[in-house]
Amino acid sequence: MATTDVALHEDSGSLERKRVVNDMSIQVGTVNGSGSQSSNTVLLRSIFQMGVPVSGKNLFPSNIAGLPTWYTIRANKDGYIARKKEIDFLVAMNPETAREDVMSLAAGAVALYDEPLNLRTLRNDLVFYSVPYDKLVAPVCPEAKLRKLVKNMIYVGVVAKLLDIDMAEVEKAIRKQFAKKVKAANLNLAAVQAGYDYAAANLLKRDPYHIQRMDKTTGKIIIDGNSAAALGCMFAGCTVVTWYPITPSSSLVETMIEYMKRFRIGPDGKATFAIVQAEDELAAIGMVIGAGWAGARAMTATAGPGISLMAEFAGLAYYVEVPAVIWDIQRVGPSTGLPTRTSQGDILSIAFLSHGDTKNILLIPCSAEECFTMAQDAFELAEHFQTPVFVMSDLDLGMNNWMADPFPYPEKPIKRGKVLSKEDLERLGGFARYKDVDGDGIGYRTLPGTDHPAAAYFARGSGHNERSQYSERPDDFEKNMERLNRKFETARSFVPRPVLISNGKSKIGIIAYGTSHWAILESRDQLRKEYKVETDYLRLRAYPFPREVHGFVEQHERVYLVEQNRDAQMLTLLKLDVRPELVTRLHSISHIHGLPLDARSVTDEIIMMEGK
Amino acid sequence: MATTPTSTPVPKTNRIGLSIAEYKGGKTTLCAGCGHNAISERIIDAMYEMGVSPERVIKPSGIGCSSKAPAYFMSRSHSFNAVHGRMPSVATGAMLANRNLIALGVSGDGDTASIGIGQFVHLMRRNLPIIYIIEDNGVYGLTKGQFSATADLGSKLKTGVINDLPPIDTCVLAIQLGATFVGRSFSGDKRQLHSMLKAAVAHNGTVMLDIVSPCVTFNDHEGSTKSYKYMKDHEEPLQDINFVPVFEEINVEYDPGTTVEVTMHDGSRLRLRKLEEDYDATDKILAVKRLAEGHAKGEVLTGVFYVNTQAPNFIEMLNMTDNPLTTLPESVVRPGREVLEQVMEELR
Ligand SMILES: Cc1ncc(C[n+]2csc(CCOP(=O)(O)OP(=O)(O)O)c2C)c(N)n1
Ligand code: SF4
Ligand SMILES: [Mg+2]
Repeated sequence: MATTDVALHEDSGSLERKRVVNDMSIQVGTVNGSGSQSSNTVLLRSIFQMGVPVSGKNLFPSNIAGLPTWYTIRANKDGYIARKKEIDFLVAMNPETAREDVMSLAAGAVALYDEPLNLRTLRNDLVFYSVPYDKLVAPVCPEAKLRKLVKNMIYVGVVAKLLDIDMAEVEKAIRKQFAKKVKAANLNLAAVQAGYDYAAANLLKRDPYHIQRMDKTTGKIIIDGNSAAALGCMFAGCTVVTWYPITPSSSLVETMIEYMKRFRIGPDGKATFAIVQAEDELAAIGMVIGAGWAGARAMTATAGPGISLMAEFAGLAYYVEVPAVIWDIQRVGPSTGLPTRTSQGDILSIAFLSHGDTKNILLIPCSAEECFTMAQDAFELAEHFQTPVFVMSDLDLGMNNWMADPFPYPEKPIKRGKVLSKEDLERLGGFARYKDVDGDGIGYRTLPGTDHPAAAYFARGSGHNERSQYSERPDDFEKNMERLNRKFETARSFVPRPVLISNGKSKIGIIAYGTSHWAILESRDQLRKEYKVETDYLRLRAYPFPREVHGFVEQHERVYLVEQNRDAQMLTLLKLDVRPELVTRLHSISHIHGLPLDARSVTDEIIMMEGK
Repeated sequence: MATTPTSTPVPKTNRIGLSIAEYKGGKTTLCAGCGHNAISERIIDAMYEMGVSPERVIKPSGIGCSSKAPAYFMSRSHSFNAVHGRMPSVATGAMLANRNLIALGVSGDGDTASIGIGQFVHLMRRNLPIIYIIEDNGVYGLTKGQFSATADLGSKLKTGVINDLPPIDTCVLAIQLGATFVGRSFSGDKRQLHSMLKAAVAHNGTVMLDIVSPCVTFNDHEGSTKSYKYMKDHEEPLQDINFVPVFEEINVEYDPGTTVEVTMHDGSRLRLRKLEEDYDATDKILAVKRLAEGHAKGEVLTGVFYVNTQAPNFIEMLNMTDNPLTTLPESVVRPGREVLEQVMEELR
């Protein structure tokens, strides 16, 4: 499958174009399981270490080995790190897709291929380089069975030479990648060097692309969103994690296990946490709820199919009012759909997850930094509001490599919400679990094990009165439902505020959330520079919507809500919230191709809808 | 009420100074004569006599008439009426959070053997410290009398429908999967159930008790194999069970030829006087074999089928710190600045 859809141009023009510095996308087409991940990471890191902003995106199939996979690195001096639609530099390593990969390139692009593939004959409007990988790998890698892996390192060397990436940076990246495995590092380094030397001796530079040292990555880190989330949860003081493996969420918990084993073992050599692989997502969420009810900071991580299984329990937690943190690393569709492709398709189902009246708090990170900070927000909000909080990440954010500023150490102390201790109960004499004492809809709770005869209450679903006694009285039920609504309304002013970029004059507003953010940043610049279209931008970070979201709609004649799902899910939620006469201002721009959103698609669509 | 073989009179308060009233629950709303009510009574007695602090007990349950029962005993203990068939996960989560709790889970045969069989088997496999009670009436009481998966082959519903599927024996499953104290009793067998529940409190690990508990409204008629009458005619106890808690003196010697004595985790003793020559409750394979034979013969075997006091429980296996996770302060659960700096450096 080709990942771009640009037609072949006959009139390629001269290949001696102007130098293009620090602005390109490199795509590596390989076979899943061939070990290209290390090579790609090394390449990404090398560019990063050169001070050039980068992002790396893995487009992989739902398969362990054998199917085609693509890795795209974008280097951009202006800091645009969304997926770029066009591929500038193709590294064609997969014989099966090489042809199609080459055919889909735009004129003037570069194609680096394995000599026997002889792709050069396909087109005359590209810059071709060929490398005899098998010949080069044999001398550096005597062990035949390792050659398949090491071969991939050769293209790193070739690309480094062609793009002027400093070999010292490549070496540093390799040493980091193979950390303590010195032998492996040396072997891979030799392969890179072989590629570099071959290119130096045999390839005449004919493309315009160059990487030049700059200083835009100083101090920054590279991390995937799931690892950032794992760290965030660890620093949030999470103590119970229960999960069931599913792409793209598994790596969140697996990374967390590693970090917790390193940093959350007490002086007694014992764990200050419990991480349990449950038998399914029903059990995973059930354990989280049991732990949350008993007073632990508990979480699970899953994807859409797991969310569906959790639906009944989520509703119970909403009514029993138990804190829980659920990470949804969104991906495409049910069952064997496109489980390894990104999506924002669970918004609507999670907002109302369960049966009867249920409304949930959603937090939506757009970056690794926000995965880290929102992990803490999620636990704070879950315990403050005694309700499940869903963190809506996605595959693009969770599994891909992102540049990030170093994470801020959490400055606010951990707050456990309204929990009554034995001493409180002695003072008060008793309590009513679901009484709205403070007018914010949030009752006071006690934890099992509290050593006071009045501590216990009977946790059950919707049919209860203020004292948590079984009740089927209409007034008890109604009162409780209204209180829960009050609680949700209170949450509007507690959840992370939207981020607004506005010049105060534009009539056009863009609303987006999560990973769409990166395409929007770039698209707004395209709109301004190419079409003189000024836009304001509001990035949503949570549901329920804080008031300024409504204000943003009021202030703009046309509002484009960009999202990565078919049914305009966030727009549907917003329609329920804004005044009816404002609904017609909302226009949906939706993307459902399973690939991370690119700026060009957004720009084109806005221009079309603006009738320009 | 007889408690121990020595029949010491029941004192007004137990060893932690509580009267039996402190172990009572709300007024039952289950049908008069429902087996579940009798089980609640036995739980109250056992917890009282064992001197268990009600504040340490949690009572998770699923959904069903049986799962409502925790409202009718031990009001001073926290309860969690979960969703249908999912009590095991809620119980597991709570025990992870606070290892000092004592879990008494209540489920029904529908709740456990059908919708909840997945969570049931995995809880057994983990040997979670819990007393897991199935109040087994062979039907779905709360949804008005459909067959459950523990209904015996050939048993008849009130409507005349005959069950033509074999029953799931939850005790066999529990033994095979790793539960470490497995027995069956009958809500009407006061003495046996009482001793078994007290031993359950003393056990460390998963106690799985399948308690036949007739549903007087939907499954107590002629043709039912879970009726009071059927149980009176077919109950086949494997042992005469005596439980001597650790805090009680032993006045009566036992005959090792006829009685097996099991020393429980807390030092209490469980004395099983064999009614069958060669039954050995520490032999897993024998237990499963004997249960299968019982089915073939149409007996309803009761007693402690299997006990293993040595296996580590799930919480112990996780190597968690001794203090409950819920009590750990911020200084313990939030690593310091230097840790974040170290990790950031690794990612540069
Ligand atoms: C998901 C779900 N499906 C179905 C039900 C309806 N339901 C309530 S109780 C019950 C059966 C309970 O049977 P059992 O566990 O044997 O309890 P009993 O009432 O017999 O004590 C069913 C099917 C439900 N509450 N939830
Ligand atoms: S319907 Fe059956 S199980 Fe339910 S309370 Fe009545 S007798 Fe008990
Ligand atoms: Mg039943």
